[in-house]
Amino acid sequence: MAASAAVRTSVGLTLKLSRIIPDCSSCPLYGSKSCVRSATNSQRRSSQDTFRIIYRHLQTSIGLYHSDDGSSNTEDPDDVVNVVYVDRTGQRIPVQAKVGDNVMYLAHKHGIDLEGACEASLACSTCHVYVSDAHFDKLPEPDEREDDMLDMAAMLQENSRLGCQIILTRELDGMELTLPKVTRNFYVDGHVPKPH
Amino acid sequence: MCFQSYFGHLLWGPHKIRSRAVCGPRAPSCPWLVYTLFSSCSPKVCVVGSGPGGFYTAQHLIKARPDVELDIYERLPVPFGLVRFGVAPDHPEVKNVINTFTQTAKHSRCNFYGNVNVGRDVTINELKEAYHAVVLSYGAEGNRTMGVPGEDLAGVYAAKDFVGWYNGLPNCRELNPDLSCETAVILGQGNVALDVARILLAPISMLKSTDITQPALEALAQSQVRRVLIVGRRGPLQIACTIKEIREMVNLPGTKPEMLPADFEGISEVLKDVPRPRKRLTELMLKTALETPGEKELERRKSASRSWGFRFFRSPVEVLAEPRTNKTSAIRLAVNRLEGSGADAQAVLTGEVEDVTCGLVISSIGYRSLLIDPGLPFDSRKAIIPNSMGRIQHTPGVYCSGWVKTGPTGVIATTMNNSFDTARSMMEDMDSGALDVSAVKSGSQSITALLRGRGVKPVTFADWEKIDSVETKKGEAEGKPREKLLSVEEMLQVAQT
Repeated sequence: MAASAAVRTSVGLTLKLSRIIPDCSSCPLYGSKSCVRSATNSQRRSSQDTFRIIYRHLQTSIGLYHSDDGSSNTEDPDDVVNVVYVDRTGQRIPVQAKVGDNVMYLAHKHGIDLEGACEASLACSTCHVYVSDAHFDKLPEPDEREDDMLDMAAMLQENSRLGCQIILTRELDGMELTLPKVTRNFYVDGHVPKPH
Repeated sequence: MCFQSYFGHLLWGPHKIRSRAVCGPRAPSCPWLVYTLFSSCSPKVCVVGSGPGGFYTAQHLIKARPDVELDIYERLPVPFGLVRFGVAPDHPEVKNVINTFTQTAKHSRCNFYGNVNVGRDVTINELKEAYHAVVLSYGAEGNRTMGVPGEDLAGVYAAKDFVGWYNGLPNCRELNPDLSCETAVILGQGNVALDVARILLAPISMLKSTDITQPALEALAQSQVRRVLIVGRRGPLQIACTIKEIREMVNLPGTKPEMLPADFEGISEVLKDVPRPRKRLTELMLKTALETPGEKELERRKSASRSWGFRFFRSPVEVLAEPRTNKTSAIRLAVNRLEGSGADAQAVLTGEVEDVTCGLVISSIGYRSLLIDPGLPFDSRKAIIPNSMGRIQHTPGVYCSGWVKTGPTGVIATTMNNSFDTARSMMEDMDSGALDVSAVKSGSQSITALLRGRGVKPVTFADWEKIDSVETKKGEAEGKPREKLLSVEEMLQVAQT
């Protein structure tokens, strides 16, 4: 049936998009042939095709930021760098990364909503992050051009950096990268709109 | 339709499916609700304007809600607004954001309809009928005028039109600015003013590998403009541009700065308490204006054939014309003094005036939003649509984002935050029920039928990609990233054959 096929695809996608596992027990399709997690549904292709076409874009992370971190699957322990992103809702997202990873593209790879409008060209400030104090001083000094772009970021702090300019090293293990909460009070709290 | 309501349909017989009644309190994390295919549960939103305001709002909505379907309407056959027509040709990295917007446009739940003039081809009321929510992101296509005598003389242009001319905005292609004079005066000191100054003085070798239009490139190659003054009403601490643009002027090959040290008296003393962005910018200006340059810089300045400078505490009073030709010959400026300090300092007339010889006057004192539908509220003093967090006053179901919401200032990042904010307001309203998304809406089906009946043929995103491909190929032949098509007719010809 069209509806169940659509449900099946939607479920698969939602699972991929979010890290939340749905509570299957509350669903009437649980255990039925229509359940996406059922082993028997792999035979039912035809009606699924239409939906696959419609939903294929959803398969990849919305915002589709290509990963620039030259990822391989090596799990060399010397290469591992653990960092934590704190997203705009305050949720902590631990990420296991590698030496050489770019903080902005790493965020994209893990579905964290860090924008990167100019694609790491030092021509915007949308990848602005706050770096944990313990690690801030371990970063190399910013290029003058990075400082120029940071000057345009909202809610600039002492520990502000552009995510696209942070490359992971072993020293940065445990670093926390907090996304600025650009809140509803963005304009109300006296902030002056930036010049253009 | 959501599967629960589908089963409900089976169990209780055919009836108008109301998602809330059948699905119960909205459970956004429930993965079993399928919205897109069966219209009753999918909120349909339309966005008017395809610049950063529109696209960032669309992006946020699509990402945050798996059920929203979005249609973006754009007046021109080509998308991207000021990213295409405002960002300077020598700032190609700023245009990388087009890749993000392209992904949004090609998303299965997003559709682009170019060549549709909202206000003329279709009204806001018709959009409100067809969609659960309408977002106005049509920016600021008008100008603030200086309001001085002589503003209509040959040789006086709005910066918006000058920028539109070198960036290929179709209704600016006949501008033909007269570049046969030695001095140009730009009123205003925002980033647009700095862009204009830089494009006027940049070496042609720098410009010819950008996406500047061919006619503009040829005109600039013949230009006799050698000196550009960028004039502001207030002082150095109130300058509106950002440090990147000042640095580009300071480093512009073939040019030297020409500042008046007296303008900077007392400035360095107040700097220590000033926030970092303002401090760094002012320090750069001070260095350029007051520091004795090193040998290398001295040599560079000696061989520079072009010059530029800021002039402060001056307001335009009149543009003067050469009596025989009626062409611009000078601009009369009133001398100001400052009352107060910092961002709130006011320029007060002293009574003195000063005439500056020039043949080109470009007023860069602000863009201005226009009212596209008389049914909408409009604040004509601020030239914005009155709103609260993006919700248009007295107009439920209609929102705004981008410059039409906050006024025409801000870089792309600012507009991004502003648009995300509007999207959040919309989501709050959907969740609380303030925005009713339960009724069935016809969305683009009815609007495209309406447009067809009116002889309007929308340009799809795939059609734009044909234009994109033609422009890119033409550019390749000239060593440029693209050679823009300059008229709507040419664009439609490529798009719709």
